[in-house]
Amino acid sequence: MNKSKTIEIQKARFSESPWIKRGLIGTALFFLGIFLFGPILVVFLNAFGKGIGPYWRALTEPAAISAIRLTLWVAAIVVPCNLIFGLAAAWAVTKFNFFGKKILLALIDLPFTVSPVIAGLIFVLLFGARGIFGPWLQAHNIRILFSVPGIVLATIFVTFPFVAREIIPLMQSQGNEEETAAVILGANGWQTFFRVTLPNIKWGLLYGVILCNARAMGEFGAVSVVSGHIRGLTNTIPLHVEILYNEYNFTAAFAVSSLLMFLAFVTLVVKHWIERRSRKEYCGL
Amino acid sequence: MPCILFEPFSRTPDFLEIMITKQFKRHSVLPGFGLTLSFTLFYLSAAALIPLLTLFWRTSAMDWASFLRVLGSPRTLAAFKLTLMTSFLSALINGAFGLLVAWVLVRYDFPGKKLADAVVDLPFALPTAVAGIALTTLYAPNGWFGKCLYKLGIQSAFSPVGIVIALTFIGFPFVVRTLEPILQDLDVEIEEAAFSLGAGRWQTFSRIVFPMLLPGLLTGSAMAFARALGEYGSVVFIAGNMPFKTEILPLLIMTKLEQYDYSGAAAVASAALLISFILLLAINFLHAWSQRYQEV
Repeated sequence: MNKSKTIEIQKARFSESPWIKRGLIGTALFFLGIFLFGPILVVFLNAFGKGIGPYWRALTEPAAISAIRLTLWVAAIVVPCNLIFGLAAAWAVTKFNFFGKKILLALIDLPFTVSPVIAGLIFVLLFGARGIFGPWLQAHNIRILFSVPGIVLATIFVTFPFVAREIIPLMQSQGNEEETAAVILGANGWQTFFRVTLPNIKWGLLYGVILCNARAMGEFGAVSVVSGHIRGLTNTIPLHVEILYNEYNFTAAFAVSSLLMFLAFVTLVVKHWIERRSRKEYCGL
Repeated sequence: MPCILFEPFSRTPDFLEIMITKQFKRHSVLPGFGLTLSFTLFYLSAAALIPLLTLFWRTSAMDWASFLRVLGSPRTLAAFKLTLMTSFLSALINGAFGLLVAWVLVRYDFPGKKLADAVVDLPFALPTAVAGIALTTLYAPNGWFGKCLYKLGIQSAFSPVGIVIALTFIGFPFVVRTLEPILQDLDVEIEEAAFSLGAGRWQTFSRIVFPMLLPGLLTGSAMAFARALGEYGSVVFIAGNMPFKTEILPLLIMTKLEQYDYSGAAAVASAALLISFILLLAINFLHAWSQRYQEV
């Protein structure tokens, strides 16, 4: 569809002169090159600049490994929670009409308007030493701030809309007929969900999960407020990058960054693939 | 709505049908309403609403005099001014270049187009800390781009210029991804009509095409602006973080927290959040406006 449109416009007699066209393409590519390809190149050139040996060492030193492990743990907790929330919210919002639905939808978008630093701050105000629950937590010897629970909470706050935002428009566009038919034919709720709804939304759901995961693994601002930067204990990959960079250990900082860059590439490739796939399925209908 | 750009399905052409099927019955035979809605509300309250309310609760516990003293202090005012100025500038740059890139990606064919289109989303997928150190390395006085800018007498890293660069990177996809579907849905016949009536190419663009793109352009730029206001990770590395000069709001909140000035941090955060909420309202309004050509 995209392609035929471009051809249609190119055939039209009123198109721009070739020189203006080339100039516009050139300027756009120049901008993309400076702003997007520049950072990609810098990360990889600096990461592998001193050879594969230092690169590998930066990734396998104990602090890096514990940062990678913590990040994977946090994502393993956060993503399933947000997945269940996304599915429940989408089912409630798209299958039923109720009072206050628009407000609920607006609230789901809330984290997009809250600065990551503020997202971290609110958990400090709740659980910090001078926060609301701080004294009680201290008396009972429970640590939330500067430990894993705090990181998980802050990450959930920042990432919970991603799955819901991906599948709500999709389920809205698909309507209720298929599910209603299934229920009338005697399927129970879970059967309807797993056999009818889930196959219809699987690609959007997968993309939402991947976006949510990318953001959860890469979150910096919110996590940096609540983590306390304890090396080997509460450092995630992005925080580890910051520490290495501030110690002028650039090769190691970029080596660890390259992991996150790969994660970004995977996200982009999956996005591209799903977009094509869903377009194909749509046209096949 | 601030995140339509994440919807891979927004390009499906059948908008009208979607609008019709959305109007479903009030009473549904489907099960699970109580379960899903109560879980949604519980999760939302526990993860976001209650924590966020503590911020305003904490701020309202302050008296007016100390609240105003925090917000009115020269350092806070300087941070507000810097954050608003740099965010606004980056939104302007993104508006101009976002329009250009969206136009080129939709209207022209050239080698590498698919790659260019895919890489537009990079700022969304790349963790901000990585963006921060990569941009700082590029624009530092000995970096590839920093060197050239230095020769021109521009200090890029560790100055407000650097902040604008980082914010431009972060907000770039918003304008492109808002404009692309609008550009694709534009009827070529309208331009053809203008041409056959004797309008030049530039006249057609400025009088016919641009006014139709304007609402989307404003929505995208406003989203980039909103994102820039709260951005932290990519800016801290490149900004240099000097109070009064290159200290942005999120960093000021961070500094106050590190000094255990919880009330001060809460006061600044509440004010910043209020600006974001007003902006969100404006974006929703703009978004509704930008849809007016698409649904007819």
